Amino acid sequence: MRDEVITQGLPLPLPSVDNMEFYRATQRGELRFQRCTDCHTWRHYPRPVCPACTSTRFDWEQASGRGELYTWTTVHGPTLPAFRDQLPYTVIDVLTDEGLHFQSQLVECPAEAIEAGMPLEAVFVPASDEITLVKFRPAS
Amino acid sequence: MNTIRDQAAIVGIGQTPFSKALGRTEIDMAVEAIHAACADAGISPHQIDGVARFDMDSVDEEKLLSIVSPELRYHVGTPFGGGGAASVLVHAATAVAMGLADNVLVFRSRARGKKSVYGKGSNQGGRFWERLDSDLPELDQWQVPYGLVTPFMEMAMIARRHMIEYGTTERQFGEVAVALRRHALRNPNAVMRAPMTLEDHSASRYIAEPFRLFDCNIETDGAVALIVTSAERARDMRQTPALIHAGALAAGSHHRRLSTLFGRSRDDDSAARVGRELWQSSGLRPSEMNAFFCYDFFTAFAILALEDYGFCKRGEGGPFVEDQGLYFDGGRMPTNTNGGQLSEAFIHGVNNALEAVRQIRGNSTSQVPDCELVLLAGANTDPTGAVILRKG
Repeated sequence: MRDEVITQGLPLPLPSVDNMEFYRATQRGELRFQRCTDCHTWRHYPRPVCPACTSTRFDWEQASGRGELYTWTTVHGPTLPAFRDQLPYTVIDVLTDEGLHFQSQLVECPAEAIEAGMPLEAVFVPASDEITLVKFRPAS
Repeated sequence: MNTIRDQAAIVGIGQTPFSKALGRTEIDMAVEAIHAACADAGISPHQIDGVARFDMDSVDEEKLLSIVSPELRYHVGTPFGGGGAASVLVHAATAVAMGLADNVLVFRSRARGKKSVYGKGSNQGGRFWERLDSDLPELDQWQVPYGLVTPFMEMAMIARRHMIEYGTTERQFGEVAVALRRHALRNPNAVMRAPMTLEDHSASRYIAEPFRLFDCNIETDGAVALIVTSAERARDMRQTPALIHAGALAAGSHHRRLSTLFGRSRDDDSAARVGRELWQSSGLRPSEMNAFFCYDFFTAFAILALEDYGFCKRGEGGPFVEDQGLYFDGGRMPTNTNGGQLSEAFIHGVNNALEAVRQIRGNSTSQVPDCELVLLAGANTDPTGAVILRKG
Protein backbone atom coordinates (compact mmCIF):
# COMPACT_ATOMS: atom_id res chain seq x y z
CA MET A 1 0.00 0.00 0.00
CA ARG A 2 2.75 2.48 0.93
CA ASP A 3 4.52 2.18 -2.41
CA GLU A 4 1.28 2.88 -4.23
CA VAL A 5 0.72 6.25 -2.57
CA ILE A 6 4.24 7.76 -2.56
CA THR A 7 4.63 10.78 -4.86
CA GLN A 8 6.99 9.68 -7.65
CA GLY A 9 7.59 12.77 -9.84
CA LEU A 10 9.06 16.16 -8.96
CA PRO A 11 6.26 18.19 -7.37
CA LEU A 12 6.14 21.67 -8.91
CA PRO A 13 4.35 24.88 -7.97
CA LEU A 14 0.81 25.41 -9.17
CA PRO A 15 0.80 29.16 -9.79
CA SER A 16 -2.20 31.14 -8.65
CA VAL A 17 -3.26 34.69 -9.47
CA ASP A 18 -1.48 35.77 -6.27
CA ASN A 19 1.96 34.49 -7.25
CA MET A 20 1.96 34.16 -11.04
CA GLU A 21 4.12 37.28 -11.41
CA PHE A 22 6.89 35.57 -9.45
CA TYR A 23 7.08 32.72 -11.96
CA ARG A 24 6.71 35.01 -15.00
CA ALA A 25 9.73 36.93 -13.70
CA THR A 26 11.88 33.84 -13.05
CA GLN A 27 11.27 32.70 -16.63
CA ARG A 28 12.90 36.00 -17.69
CA GLY A 29 15.79 35.44 -15.28
CA GLU A 30 14.52 38.00 -12.76
CA LEU A 31 13.87 37.56 -9.06
CA ARG A 32 10.90 39.70 -8.07
CA PHE A 33 9.11 40.00 -4.75
CA GLN A 34 6.05 41.92 -3.65
CA ARG A 35 6.76 45.34 -2.15
CA CYS A 36 4.20 47.57 -0.47
CA THR A 37 3.44 50.66 -2.55
CA ASP A 38 2.70 52.67 0.59
CA CYS A 39 5.28 51.73 3.23
CA HIS A 40 7.80 50.05 0.85
CA THR A 41 8.13 46.91 3.01
CA TRP A 42 9.22 43.86 1.00
CA ARG A 43 7.37 40.60 1.55
CA HIS A 44 7.65 36.90 0.75
CA TYR A 45 5.52 34.69 0.54
CA PRO A 46 3.14 36.48 -1.84
CA ARG A 47 -0.08 37.67 -0.22
CA PRO A 48 -2.64 40.35 -0.91
CA VAL A 49 -1.90 42.59 2.08
CA CYS A 50 1.13 44.23 3.68
CA PRO A 51 1.78 42.70 7.12
CA ALA A 52 3.48 45.92 8.24
CA CYS A 53 0.89 48.58 7.33
CA THR A 54 -2.21 46.65 6.08
CA SER A 55 -2.09 48.31 2.66
CA THR A 56 -3.41 46.22 -0.22
CA ARG A 57 -1.39 48.14 -2.82
CA PHE A 58 1.83 46.50 -3.98
CA ASP A 59 4.27 46.15 -6.84
CA TRP A 60 6.39 43.22 -8.00
CA GLU A 61 9.82 44.80 -7.64
CA GLN A 62 13.05 43.31 -8.89
CA ALA A 63 15.35 42.08 -6.14
CA SER A 64 19.14 42.06 -6.33
CA GLY A 65 19.26 38.27 -6.50
CA ARG A 66 21.94 38.31 -3.84
CA GLY A 67 21.98 37.48 -0.16
CA GLU A 68 23.76 35.53 2.52
CA LEU A 69 23.43 32.01 3.87
CA TYR A 70 21.25 32.21 6.99
CA THR A 71 21.00 28.48 7.71
CA TRP A 72 21.06 25.14 5.93
CA THR A 73 20.68 21.41 6.18
CA THR A 74 22.47 18.77 4.18
CA VAL A 75 19.88 16.08 3.54
CA HIS A 76 20.87 12.43 3.66
CA GLY A 77 17.34 11.03 3.47
CA PRO A 78 14.70 9.78 3.59
CA THR A 79 13.24 12.11 0.98
CA LEU A 80 10.88 11.93 -1.99
CA PRO A 81 11.91 9.62 -4.86
CA ALA A 82 12.40 12.70 -7.12
CA PHE A 83 15.35 13.82 -4.99
CA ARG A 84 16.97 10.48 -4.17
CA ASP A 85 19.57 10.64 -6.94
CA GLN A 86 20.77 14.01 -5.60
CA LEU A 87 21.51 12.75 -2.07
CA PRO A 88 23.20 14.23 -0.15
CA TYR A 89 21.95 17.68 -1.17
CA THR A 90 21.85 20.98 0.71
CA VAL A 91 18.73 23.07 1.19
CA ILE A 92 19.19 26.58 2.46
CA ASP A 93 17.54 29.68 3.82
CA VAL A 94 18.89 32.81 2.13
CA LEU A 95 18.62 36.17 3.86
CA THR A 96 18.31 38.37 0.78
CA ASP A 97 19.69 41.88 0.39
CA GLU A 98 16.08 43.04 0.77
CA GLY A 99 15.85 41.41 4.23
CA LEU A 100 13.62 38.52 3.12
CA HIS A 101 14.04 34.84 3.90
CA PHE A 102 13.90 32.58 0.81
CA GLN A 103 14.23 28.80 0.92
CA SER A 104 16.16 27.24 -1.92
CA GLN A 105 18.82 24.72 -2.84
CA LEU A 106 22.56 25.39 -2.77
CA VAL A 107 24.39 24.51 -6.00
CA GLU A 108 27.99 24.68 -7.24
CA CYS A 109 29.35 24.54 -3.68
CA PRO A 110 31.31 21.67 -2.08
CA ALA A 111 30.06 20.65 1.35
CA GLU A 112 33.28 21.70 3.11
CA ALA A 113 32.91 25.28 1.78
CA ILE A 114 29.49 25.85 3.37
CA GLU A 115 29.66 28.59 5.96
CA ALA A 116 27.06 30.73 7.74
CA GLY A 117 26.88 34.19 6.23
CA MET A 118 28.58 33.27 2.96
CA PRO A 119 27.49 35.53 0.06
CA LEU A 120 25.18 33.87 -2.46
CA GLU A 121 23.67 34.73 -5.84
CA ALA A 122 20.58 33.45 -7.62
CA VAL A 123 20.70 30.92 -10.47
CA PHE A 124 17.60 30.37 -12.62
CA VAL A 125 16.88 26.71 -13.28
CA PRO A 126 14.02 25.77 -15.65
CA ALA A 127 12.02 22.82 -14.30
CA SER A 128 9.11 22.75 -16.79
CA ASP A 129 7.61 24.89 -19.56
CA GLU A 130 5.92 27.10 -16.98
CA ILE A 131 8.15 26.91 -13.93
CA THR A 132 11.68 28.19 -13.47
CA LEU A 133 13.08 27.60 -9.98
CA VAL A 134 15.52 29.93 -8.20
CA LYS A 135 18.55 28.17 -6.74
CA PHE A 136 21.62 29.82 -5.23
CA ARG A 137 25.39 29.43 -5.60
CA PRO A 138 28.37 31.12 -3.93
CA ALA A 139 28.57 34.72 -5.20
CA SER A 140 31.29 35.37 -7.74
CA MET B 1 -8.05 37.44 35.29
CA ASN B 2 -7.52 33.93 33.97
CA THR B 3 -11.10 32.70 34.26
CA ILE B 4 -10.30 29.01 33.72
CA ARG B 5 -8.10 28.85 36.82
CA ASP B 6 -8.73 25.55 38.62
CA GLN B 7 -12.24 25.33 37.16
CA ALA B 8 -11.64 22.07 35.32
CA ALA B 9 -9.63 18.91 35.91
CA ILE B 10 -8.35 15.92 34.00
CA VAL B 11 -10.03 12.93 35.63
CA GLY B 12 -9.43 10.13 33.15
CA ILE B 13 -6.63 8.99 30.87
CA GLY B 14 -6.51 6.06 28.45
CA GLN B 15 -4.45 4.71 25.60
CA THR B 16 -3.83 1.84 23.21
CA PRO B 17 -0.50 0.05 23.20
CA PHE B 18 2.14 2.03 21.30
CA SER B 19 3.92 0.27 18.45
CA LYS B 20 5.68 0.81 15.14
CA ALA B 21 2.98 -1.25 13.44
CA LEU B 22 -0.35 -1.98 15.13
CA GLY B 23 -2.08 -2.47 11.77
CA ARG B 24 -5.29 -0.79 12.97
CA THR B 25 -7.32 2.14 11.70
CA GLU B 26 -7.29 5.43 13.55
CA ILE B 27 -10.96 5.18 14.53
CA ASP B 28 -10.43 1.69 15.94
CA MET B 29 -7.50 2.87 18.06
CA ALA B 30 -9.44 5.97 19.14
CA VAL B 31 -12.31 3.84 20.45
CA GLU B 32 -9.96 1.79 22.62
CA ALA B 33 -8.26 4.87 24.08
CA ILE B 34 -11.57 6.67 24.72
CA HIS B 35 -13.09 3.62 26.42
CA ALA B 36 -9.98 3.26 28.57
CA ALA B 37 -10.10 6.95 29.59
CA CYS B 38 -13.79 6.66 30.50
CA ALA B 39 -13.13 3.54 32.57
CA ASP B 40 -10.30 5.36 34.33
CA ALA B 41 -12.63 8.27 35.12
CA GLY B 42 -15.55 6.04 36.02
CA ILE B 43 -17.96 7.44 33.43
CA SER B 44 -19.74 6.02 30.38
CA PRO B 45 -18.64 7.19 26.92
CA HIS B 46 -22.23 8.40 26.51
CA GLN B 47 -21.59 10.95 29.30
CA ILE B 48 -19.09 12.73 27.02
CA ASP B 49 -20.96 15.80 25.71
CA GLY B 50 -18.01 17.85 24.49
CA VAL B 51 -14.91 17.26 22.40
CA ALA B 52 -11.74 19.26 21.70
CA ARG B 53 -9.91 17.60 18.84
CA PHE B 54 -7.09 18.06 16.36
CA ASP B 55 -8.46 19.34 13.02
CA MET B 56 -6.24 16.82 11.24
CA ASP B 57 -7.44 13.78 13.20
CA SER B 58 -9.32 11.47 10.87
CA VAL B 59 -11.80 10.73 13.68
CA ASP B 60 -14.09 13.72 13.13
CA GLU B 61 -17.25 14.88 14.88
CA GLU B 62 -19.44 12.73 12.67
CA LYS B 63 -17.46 9.59 13.52
CA LEU B 64 -17.43 10.54 17.19
CA LEU B 65 -21.23 10.41 17.30
CA SER B 66 -21.03 6.63 17.35
CA ILE B 67 -18.48 6.72 20.17
CA VAL B 68 -19.62 9.44 22.61
CA SER B 69 -23.01 10.92 23.52
CA PRO B 70 -25.28 11.12 20.47
CA GLU B 71 -26.23 14.50 21.88
CA LEU B 72 -22.74 15.96 21.62
CA ARG B 73 -22.87 19.67 22.44
CA TYR B 74 -19.52 21.45 22.47
CA HIS B 75 -17.03 20.76 19.69
CA VAL B 76 -13.87 22.58 18.69
CA GLY B 77 -10.74 21.86 16.67
CA THR B 78 -7.15 23.03 16.89
CA PRO B 79 -5.18 23.68 13.69
CA PHE B 80 -1.98 22.21 12.22
CA GLY B 81 -0.28 19.46 14.17
CA GLY B 82 1.54 19.17 17.46
CA GLY B 83 1.06 22.80 18.39
CA GLY B 84 -2.35 21.68 19.56
CA ALA B 85 -1.07 19.14 22.10
CA ALA B 86 -1.95 21.37 25.06
CA SER B 87 -4.32 23.76 23.25
CA VAL B 88 -7.00 21.06 23.27
CA LEU B 89 -6.85 21.10 27.09
CA VAL B 90 -7.21 24.90 27.13
CA HIS B 91 -10.31 24.53 24.94
CA ALA B 92 -11.69 21.73 27.10
CA ALA B 93 -11.16 23.69 30.34
CA THR B 94 -12.78 26.76 28.80
CA ALA B 95 -15.83 24.78 27.72
CA VAL B 96 -16.23 23.27 31.18
CA ALA B 97 -15.66 26.60 32.96
CA MET B 98 -18.23 28.31 30.73
CA GLY B 99 -20.79 25.54 31.15
CA LEU B 100 -20.77 24.59 27.49
CA ALA B 101 -20.24 20.91 28.32
CA ASP B 102 -19.92 18.68 31.39
CA ASN B 103 -17.39 16.07 30.24
CA VAL B 104 -15.04 17.02 27.43
CA LEU B 105 -13.03 14.45 25.49
CA VAL B 106 -9.50 15.23 24.32
CA PHE B 107 -7.87 12.62 22.12
CA ARG B 108 -5.43 11.90 19.31
CA SER B 109 -5.20 8.80 17.18
CA ARG B 110 -2.36 8.28 14.74
CA ALA B 111 -1.43 5.46 12.40
CA ARG B 112 1.94 6.93 11.58
CA GLY B 113 4.02 3.78 11.33
CA LYS B 114 5.43 3.20 7.86
CA LYS B 115 3.65 -0.13 7.58
CA SER B 116 0.29 1.28 8.60
CA VAL B 117 -0.70 3.12 5.42
CA TYR B 118 -4.35 2.34 4.73
CA GLY B 119 -5.35 4.85 2.07
CA LYS B 120 -4.32 7.64 -0.26
CA GLY B 121 -5.32 10.64 1.85
CA SER B 122 -2.81 12.59 3.90
CA ASN B 123 -4.27 11.37 7.21
CA GLN B 124 -4.54 7.73 6.27
CA GLY B 125 -1.46 6.34 7.88
CA GLY B 126 2.26 6.65 7.29
CA ARG B 127 4.17 9.82 6.41
CA PHE B 128 2.03 12.64 5.04
CA TRP B 129 4.95 14.15 3.15
CA GLU B 130 5.39 11.06 1.00
CA ARG B 131 2.05 11.66 -0.73
CA LEU B 132 2.07 15.25 -1.93
CA ASP B 133 0.10 16.31 -5.00
CA SER B 134 2.42 16.70 -7.99
CA ASP B 135 0.99 20.23 -8.38
CA LEU B 136 1.86 22.09 -5.19
CA PRO B 137 -0.68 24.65 -4.08
CA GLU B 138 -0.11 27.37 -1.51
CA LEU B 139 2.96 27.42 0.67
CA ASP B 140 4.45 23.99 -0.04
CA GLN B 141 5.50 25.36 -3.44
CA TRP B 142 8.15 27.57 -1.85
CA GLN B 143 9.95 24.67 -0.21
CA VAL B 144 9.24 21.28 -1.75
CA PRO B 145 10.61 21.87 -5.31
CA TYR B 146 14.01 22.57 -3.74
CA GLY B 147 14.06 19.28 -1.89
CA LEU B 148 12.87 20.80 1.39
CA VAL B 149 10.19 18.18 1.78
CA THR B 150 9.83 17.05 5.37
CA PRO B 151 9.45 18.54 8.85
CA PHE B 152 12.79 17.08 9.94
CA MET B 153 14.55 19.08 7.20
CA GLU B 154 12.84 22.31 8.27
CA MET B 155 13.60 21.61 11.91
CA ALA B 156 17.23 20.84 11.08
CA MET B 157 17.54 24.33 9.57
CA ILE B 158 16.10 25.90 12.73
CA ALA B 159 18.45 23.81 14.90
CA ARG B 160 21.42 24.81 12.71
CA ARG B 161 20.56 28.46 13.26
CA HIS B 162 20.59 27.92 17.03
CA MET B 163 24.06 26.41 16.70
CA ILE B 164 25.21 29.41 14.62
CA GLU B 165 23.83 31.98 17.06
CA TYR B 166 24.59 30.35 20.41
CA GLY B 167 27.19 27.66 19.87
CA THR B 168 24.79 24.82 20.70
CA THR B 169 26.37 21.46 19.86
CA GLU B 170 25.30 18.13 18.40
CA ARG B 171 26.51 16.56 21.64
CA GLN B 172 23.97 18.66 23.55
CA PHE B 173 21.28 17.31 21.22
CA GLY B 174 22.57 13.89 22.22
CA GLU B 175 22.12 14.72 25.90
CA VAL B 176 18.39 15.16 25.26
CA ALA B 177 18.11 11.88 23.37
CA VAL B 178 19.97 9.97 26.08
CA ALA B 179 17.97 11.46 28.97
CA LEU B 180 14.64 10.66 27.34
CA ARG B 181 15.74 7.16 26.36
CA ARG B 182 16.69 6.59 29.98
CA HIS B 183 13.13 7.53 30.97
CA ALA B 184 11.72 5.22 28.27
CA LEU B 185 13.72 2.26 29.61
CA ARG B 186 11.69 2.54 32.83
CA ASN B 187 8.35 2.81 30.97
CA PRO B 188 6.75 -0.45 29.75
CA ASN B 189 4.56 1.56 27.33
CA ALA B 190 7.58 2.96 25.50
CA VAL B 191 8.38 1.74 22.00
CA MET B 192 12.15 2.35 22.24
CA ARG B 193 13.60 0.11 24.96
CA ALA B 194 17.26 -0.25 24.01
CA PRO B 195 19.76 1.68 26.18
CA MET B 196 21.44 4.66 24.47
CA THR B 197 24.71 6.43 25.23
CA LEU B 198 26.09 9.70 23.87
CA GLU B 199 28.39 7.57 21.74
CA ASP B 200 25.41 5.66 20.31
CA HIS B 201 23.83 9.00 19.46
CA SER B 202 26.89 10.35 17.69
CA ALA B 203 27.32 7.06 15.80
CA SER B 204 23.77 7.11 14.39
CA ARG B 205 23.48 8.16 10.76
CA TYR B 206 22.72 11.68 9.61
CA ILE B 207 19.16 12.19 8.37
CA ALA B 208 19.40 15.93 7.72
CA GLU B 209 22.45 17.60 9.27
CA PRO B 210 22.77 18.46 12.09
CA PHE B 211 20.11 15.84 12.89
CA ARG B 212 20.99 12.20 13.21
CA LEU B 213 18.51 9.37 13.42
CA PHE B 214 18.46 9.57 17.23
CA ASP B 215 17.58 13.29 17.12
CA CYS B 216 14.26 12.50 15.45
CA ASN B 217 10.97 11.36 16.93
CA ILE B 218 9.87 7.82 16.25
CA GLU B 219 7.05 6.99 13.86
CA THR B 220 4.43 5.02 15.71
CA ASP B 221 0.83 3.88 15.86
CA GLY B 222 -1.39 4.50 18.83
CA ALA B 223 -4.14 6.58 20.37
CA VAL B 224 -4.54 8.45 23.64
CA ALA B 225 -7.51 10.11 25.33
CA LEU B 226 -8.22 12.31 28.32
CA ILE B 227 -11.47 13.29 30.06
CA VAL B 228 -11.87 16.84 31.38
CA THR B 229 -14.68 17.69 33.78
CA SER B 230 -15.44 20.36 36.38
CA ALA B 231 -13.25 20.62 39.47
CA GLU B 232 -16.39 20.23 41.56
CA ARG B 233 -17.37 16.91 39.99
CA ALA B 234 -13.73 15.81 40.02
CA ARG B 235 -13.68 15.91 43.84
CA ASP B 236 -16.13 13.00 43.97
CA MET B 237 -14.47 10.93 41.26
CA ARG B 238 -12.05 8.07 41.67
CA GLN B 239 -8.77 9.66 40.51
CA THR B 240 -6.64 12.42 41.98
CA PRO B 241 -7.70 15.42 39.87
CA ALA B 242 -5.10 17.14 37.70
CA LEU B 243 -6.49 20.67 37.85
CA ILE B 244 -5.98 22.86 34.80
CA HIS B 245 -4.54 25.77 36.72
CA ALA B 246 -3.72 28.06 33.82
CA GLY B 247 -3.70 27.95 30.06
CA ALA B 248 -2.73 30.15 27.14
CA LEU B 249 -2.75 30.03 23.36
CA ALA B 250 -0.88 32.00 20.72
CA ALA B 251 -0.97 31.99 16.95
CA GLY B 252 2.54 31.99 15.58
CA SER B 253 4.67 30.79 12.73
CA HIS B 254 4.39 27.26 11.47
CA HIS B 255 7.44 25.22 10.52
CA ARG B 256 6.13 24.80 6.98
CA ARG B 257 6.39 28.59 6.56
CA LEU B 258 10.07 29.19 7.26
CA SER B 259 10.14 32.65 5.66
CA THR B 260 7.65 33.85 8.24
CA LEU B 261 9.32 31.98 11.09
CA PHE B 262 12.82 33.32 10.37
CA GLY B 263 11.40 36.77 9.67
CA ARG B 264 10.57 37.43 13.31
CA SER B 265 12.38 37.08 16.60
CA ARG B 266 11.78 33.80 18.43
CA ASP B 267 10.84 35.86 21.46
CA ASP B 268 7.89 37.23 19.49
CA ASP B 269 6.75 33.85 18.27
CA SER B 270 4.01 31.72 19.76
CA ALA B 271 5.74 29.58 22.38
CA ALA B 272 7.60 32.46 24.03
CA ARG B 273 4.40 34.52 24.13
CA VAL B 274 2.43 31.63 25.61
CA GLY B 275 5.11 31.23 28.26
CA ARG B 276 5.05 34.88 29.25
CA GLU B 277 1.26 34.89 29.45
CA LEU B 278 1.20 31.75 31.60
CA TRP B 279 3.71 33.04 34.12
CA GLN B 280 2.00 36.42 34.27
CA SER B 281 -1.53 35.05 34.64
CA SER B 282 -0.61 32.36 37.18
CA GLY B 283 1.87 34.33 39.25
CA LEU B 284 4.07 31.24 39.16
CA ARG B 285 7.67 30.95 38.02
CA PRO B 286 9.35 28.30 35.85
CA SER B 287 11.48 27.22 38.82
CA GLU B 288 8.31 26.31 40.72
CA MET B 289 7.45 23.59 38.20
CA ASN B 290 8.22 20.06 39.34
CA ALA B 291 8.33 18.70 35.79
CA PHE B 292 8.16 19.93 32.20
CA PHE B 293 6.51 18.24 29.24
CA CYS B 294 7.65 19.74 25.97
CA TYR B 295 7.03 18.82 22.37
CA ASP B 296 10.21 16.83 21.76
CA PHE B 297 9.72 15.98 18.09
CA PHE B 298 13.44 16.66 17.64
CA THR B 299 16.09 16.88 20.34
CA ALA B 300 16.94 20.50 19.57
CA PHE B 301 13.35 21.52 20.22
CA ALA B 302 13.50 20.43 23.84
CA ILE B 303 16.45 22.83 24.16
CA LEU B 304 14.49 25.59 22.42
CA ALA B 305 11.41 24.90 24.55
CA LEU B 306 13.39 25.29 27.77
CA GLU B 307 14.33 28.76 26.51
CA ASP B 308 10.92 29.62 25.05
CA TYR B 309 9.22 28.86 28.38
CA GLY B 310 11.78 30.65 30.50
CA PHE B 311 13.48 27.73 32.26
CA CYS B 312 16.73 29.32 31.11
CA LYS B 313 17.81 32.34 29.12
CA ARG B 314 17.84 32.41 25.31
CA GLY B 315 20.91 30.55 24.11
CA GLU B 316 21.45 28.68 27.40
CA GLY B 317 19.31 25.65 26.59
CA GLY B 318 22.31 23.64 25.43
CA PRO B 319 24.24 23.87 28.71
CA PHE B 320 20.94 23.38 30.62
CA VAL B 321 20.51 19.83 29.29
CA GLU B 322 24.08 18.80 30.10
CA ASP B 323 25.04 16.88 33.25
CA GLN B 324 21.73 14.97 33.38
CA GLY B 325 19.78 18.23 33.31
CA LEU B 326 16.53 16.59 32.16
CA TYR B 327 16.67 13.47 34.37
CA PHE B 328 13.57 12.70 36.45
CA ASP B 329 15.80 12.06 39.45
CA GLY B 330 17.87 15.10 40.24
CA GLY B 331 17.74 16.95 36.91
CA ARG B 332 17.53 20.73 36.76
CA MET B 333 14.06 20.25 35.31
CA PRO B 334 12.70 16.72 34.96
CA THR B 335 11.45 16.60 31.37
CA ASN B 336 9.30 14.12 29.42
CA THR B 337 9.58 11.44 32.04
CA ASN B 338 7.75 8.95 29.79
CA GLY B 339 10.52 9.08 27.19
CA GLY B 340 8.59 11.61 25.14
CA GLN B 341 8.12 11.45 21.42
CA LEU B 342 11.75 10.59 20.93
CA SER B 343 11.43 7.29 22.79
CA GLU B 344 7.90 6.54 24.08
CA ALA B 345 5.65 7.22 21.07
CA PHE B 346 4.73 10.01 18.69
CA ILE B 347 1.06 10.71 19.35
CA HIS B 348 1.41 14.39 18.49
CA GLY B 349 2.46 15.32 22.01
CA VAL B 350 -0.76 14.14 23.64
CA ASN B 351 1.00 11.08 25.06
CA ASN B 352 3.06 13.60 27.03
CA ALA B 353 -0.22 14.97 28.45
CA LEU B 354 -1.02 11.53 29.86
CA GLU B 355 2.41 11.40 31.50
CA ALA B 356 1.88 14.87 32.97
CA VAL B 357 -1.30 13.53 34.61
CA ARG B 358 0.52 10.44 35.90
CA GLN B 359 3.13 12.69 37.52
CA ILE B 360 0.37 14.67 39.25
CA ARG B 361 -1.25 11.41 40.41
CA GLY B 362 2.09 10.14 41.62
CA ASN B 363 2.20 6.95 39.55
CA SER B 364 4.70 7.58 36.79
CA THR B 365 7.33 4.91 36.20
CA SER B 366 9.84 7.76 36.62
CA GLN B 367 8.05 9.59 39.38
CA VAL B 368 9.27 13.02 40.48
CA PRO B 369 8.91 13.24 44.29
CA ASP B 370 6.12 15.52 45.59
CA CYS B 371 5.06 16.48 42.08
CA GLU B 372 2.32 19.10 42.37
CA LEU B 373 2.86 21.52 39.46
CA VAL B 374 3.80 20.69 35.87
CA LEU B 375 3.98 22.61 32.61
CA LEU B 376 2.71 20.90 29.45
CA ALA B 377 3.45 22.61 26.12
CA GLY B 378 2.54 21.99 22.49
CA ALA B 379 4.98 22.20 19.59
CA ASN B 380 7.10 25.33 19.69
CA THR B 381 7.03 26.06 15.97
CA ASP B 382 3.29 26.20 15.45
CA PRO B 383 0.35 28.15 16.62
CA THR B 384 0.60 26.65 20.05
CA GLY B 385 -0.62 26.52 23.62
CA ALA B 386 0.40 25.32 27.06
CA VAL B 387 -1.17 24.52 30.40
CA ILE B 388 -0.03 24.40 33.99
CA LEU B 389 -1.49 21.39 35.80
CA ARG B 390 -1.84 21.38 39.58
CA LYS B 391 -2.52 18.51 41.93
CA GLY B 392 -6.11 18.78 43.21
